[in-house]
Amino acid sequence: MTVHFKQDEPDTRNLLDQGSQGVIGTAMSRPEGLAKVTGTAPYSAEYRFDDCLVGVLVTAPFTKGRITGIDKETALAMDGVVAVIDDSRMTARPAQGGAGEAPQQSPRQICYYGQPFALVVATSFEKARHAAKHLPFSYEADDVSDIPLDPETAETEAGDGGMQAGDLAHAMATAEHAVDVSYTTMGHASAAMEPHAAIAQWDGGRLTVHASLQMPNYNISELADALDLTEDKVRIVSRYVGGGFGSKLGLSEETTAAALAAMELGKPVKVVMSRQQVFQSIMRRSESSQRVRLAVDAEGRLTGFGHEARVSNLPGEEFAEPVLQSSAFLYAGENRLLALDVARIHQMTAGSVRAPGEAIGMPVLEAAMDCLAEEAGIDPVELRLRNIPEKDPGKGLPFTTHELADCLKKGAEAFGWDSGPRKPRQNRDGEWWIGTGMASAARVHNVAEAKARVTLNADGTARVQSDMTDIGTGTYAILTQIAAEMLGLDPANVMVELGDTDFPRGPGSGGSWGAVSIGSAVVIACDAIRQSLAKKAGIDADDLKLKDGKLQGSQPRSLSELLDGGNMSEEGHYEPGDISDDYTSSSFGAFFAQVRVNRHTGETRVDRMLGAFGFGRVLNEKTARSQCLGGMVWCIGSALTEALHFDPVDGHLVNCDLAEYHVPVHRDVPDLEVMLVESRDPAASAVQGKGVGELGMCGGAGAIANAVYNACGARLFEFPMTPDKVLADMPD
Amino acid sequence: MPITVNDRTHDLPDDPRVSLLDFLRGHLGLTGTKKGCDHGQCGACTVLVNGMRINSCLSLAALHDGDAVTTIEGIGTPEDPSALQQAFVEHDGFQCGYCTPGQICSATAMMDEIANGWPSDASAELTGEIKPTPEEIRERMSGNLCRCGAYSNIVQAILATQEAQS
Repeated sequence: MTVHFKQDEPDTRNLLDQGSQGVIGTAMSRPEGLAKVTGTAPYSAEYRFDDCLVGVLVTAPFTKGRITGIDKETALAMDGVVAVIDDSRMTARPAQGGAGEAPQQSPRQICYYGQPFALVVATSFEKARHAAKHLPFSYEADDVSDIPLDPETAETEAGDGGMQAGDLAHAMATAEHAVDVSYTTMGHASAAMEPHAAIAQWDGGRLTVHASLQMPNYNISELADALDLTEDKVRIVSRYVGGGFGSKLGLSEETTAAALAAMELGKPVKVVMSRQQVFQSIMRRSESSQRVRLAVDAEGRLTGFGHEARVSNLPGEEFAEPVLQSSAFLYAGENRLLALDVARIHQMTAGSVRAPGEAIGMPVLEAAMDCLAEEAGIDPVELRLRNIPEKDPGKGLPFTTHELADCLKKGAEAFGWDSGPRKPRQNRDGEWWIGTGMASAARVHNVAEAKARVTLNADGTARVQSDMTDIGTGTYAILTQIAAEMLGLDPANVMVELGDTDFPRGPGSGGSWGAVSIGSAVVIACDAIRQSLAKKAGIDADDLKLKDGKLQGSQPRSLSELLDGGNMSEEGHYEPGDISDDYTSSSFGAFFAQVRVNRHTGETRVDRMLGAFGFGRVLNEKTARSQCLGGMVWCIGSALTEALHFDPVDGHLVNCDLAEYHVPVHRDVPDLEVMLVESRDPAASAVQGKGVGELGMCGGAGAIANAVYNACGARLFEFPMTPDKVLADMPD
Repeated sequence: MPITVNDRTHDLPDDPRVSLLDFLRGHLGLTGTKKGCDHGQCGACTVLVNGMRINSCLSLAALHDGDAVTTIEGIGTPEDPSALQQAFVEHDGFQCGYCTPGQICSATAMMDEIANGWPSDASAELTGEIKPTPEEIRERMSGNLCRCGAYSNIVQAILATQEAQS
């Protein structure tokens, strides 16, 4: 049976706190941990099938134009080559997250440098790679001088998220203190460690694809649409995903190509992108230019708040990096202006990279707040505390739980924040300037429709099934804990099976909504099983106490005895409801960083960093903390090193590998400290929790920027703050 | 001479273009060793060759005639994990798990390098005993990228294993 719960109101039942097992929220280790550390967890390219062929994608060496001919004969004459696939149904760019329909096809029309347009299939990887590299083809490329590549000069369209209230210009002119500052941020790559990969099998009637995807629930629709198949003819399996960070939200080119090749050849076909192909043909986070205007009265209370941004994307793409998302509600100010423009340029698709929007909007806002704190002579923590609005200042809605003040105070105390007067260049250790900085964190909270099946087996064990994924986020762990808590089981007796579209549709992993959405579906299914158990036991469901596989009471009975050879299976269906019309919901936090900046080289090192985060209920203390840690590592990368560099002449990505695109390495990351500021948020989800996956990177780069200024006096208005820029701006 | 992998001998591949990484993954089915970049930039493919860590993607299989290779599968199994593997689980030294076998192979050899007194950029002295400080570990593990950002937990797992063994 399906049990449906639509969240139109706060869910004050708080079912998870009624459990007796005592495992929810604990720091339980991941149940799939041993498989991962011993290399036995199978990722998508690692399934073995007899006669599996290997495909290598061929990509365009020009920016815009069309492929006019492909010399298949020459390729087919090469050793081991079986086919050259150039089907018009191949996808030419990745689908945006949640698209649910095929992205751009007809890959012979080239819209960006590095776009895949053909697949060479051979009997081995080496043979396919050789033939792909030597495939003769002809093309007509547009004159590069006619191709818009520079977002500052390209045509623009208005993006979502704009709003205007009051008169910002007047507020700025009459403010006691005001700042009007402009920033640039460079593009980012998700750079998940596992390259995009798929193995497709076609049995003549049904397609099975093992693919590295974050959202099989949408990806099945995208793939079926691309191939002109009905969804019942498609199965996607994504049991282990080697990181996604947005890049695997949508169907990507290798999966469609593998599927078409398998359908044409009648044999399994594996396609794995090279690292360079991942960089060139998957999502980028757009670069941005941003202007922030902040006006305060004599007490440091915001009277004006302006945040404007320009981002870019390919023509026709709906996604625009939602830079202003949290600016809409984070701070007060009755005179408001938010505006977002999208420039249309021919670089690879811009899409979701971890924390789309806040990842670059929050650091800029928080760097501007630091300028304002200095201008107004107010401690940066205090300035933020004074400007936490009672209600969403744009929509007038109340917030669900609001943890910002708590995080600011607790974080400041744990970090040892000095609230005294602040001045740069006060602390030096040899050739290093040392300083501190802080920033707020905010990430909008979202939920998505989710279904999960929970089966309580006759032997008293349970099984949870959904096509939801675990991309490192801890889904296997938290669903184990939720089912164990609700059904009173040892977690060892709960089996969680994920990432298979033959199971009920989950929400997919993205937008930080995964854990609470699928967690709510599991709670709902388990609650229905609890009702059935109570009925069977002849007691009121409110009196049902389940622990260690037993119905507690004066005469404990085991679940298997109660089930009497049968099992109970329920499908939980969680649906977002009208509650989003009544509340604004966000996760909040605060970052504190201490950096050292080399006075001779401009190099910045992060000495220590603390994040305090509030996102309602903590489902698993260990995996939640890890999510926050990971986000803070991304803060370090986006503050100091990460930048996509494009050739200004033809727009190709210059640094398309992990040697030239600098993600943080071990030595870039100090021992990070995470504080979890826990609460219950009944309006956020049926598990009383909000999203956490992206919160840890929503603002922290701003804390590092502010610490750089406090350390050495270089006030930079661009991210990342590489040594050359710091050195150029550092006072003598 | 054939190649020995996790104490089993195998013939080398016929195609000289096959990297050690692709030989392990594709030919032997030892997919615990991961391909993250194929260019020696990420460390996911780290294995031990005659006890020393290398990026297996940067080396052709044919060059390992007579060598003894240890992969993650040879370090421990789900039934019998090594102390370091257990510590990674306990300290959550991974998230998606894709870089993890490389981190563990790398750390296994790295602990020997410290014990044998090999200095690094983080060492105070070039000779004498090397202390397994967090900074030493971070420096020596910097060839193993983790995009999930589990670095702090990885260092804790290595330190805990070091302490338990000393």
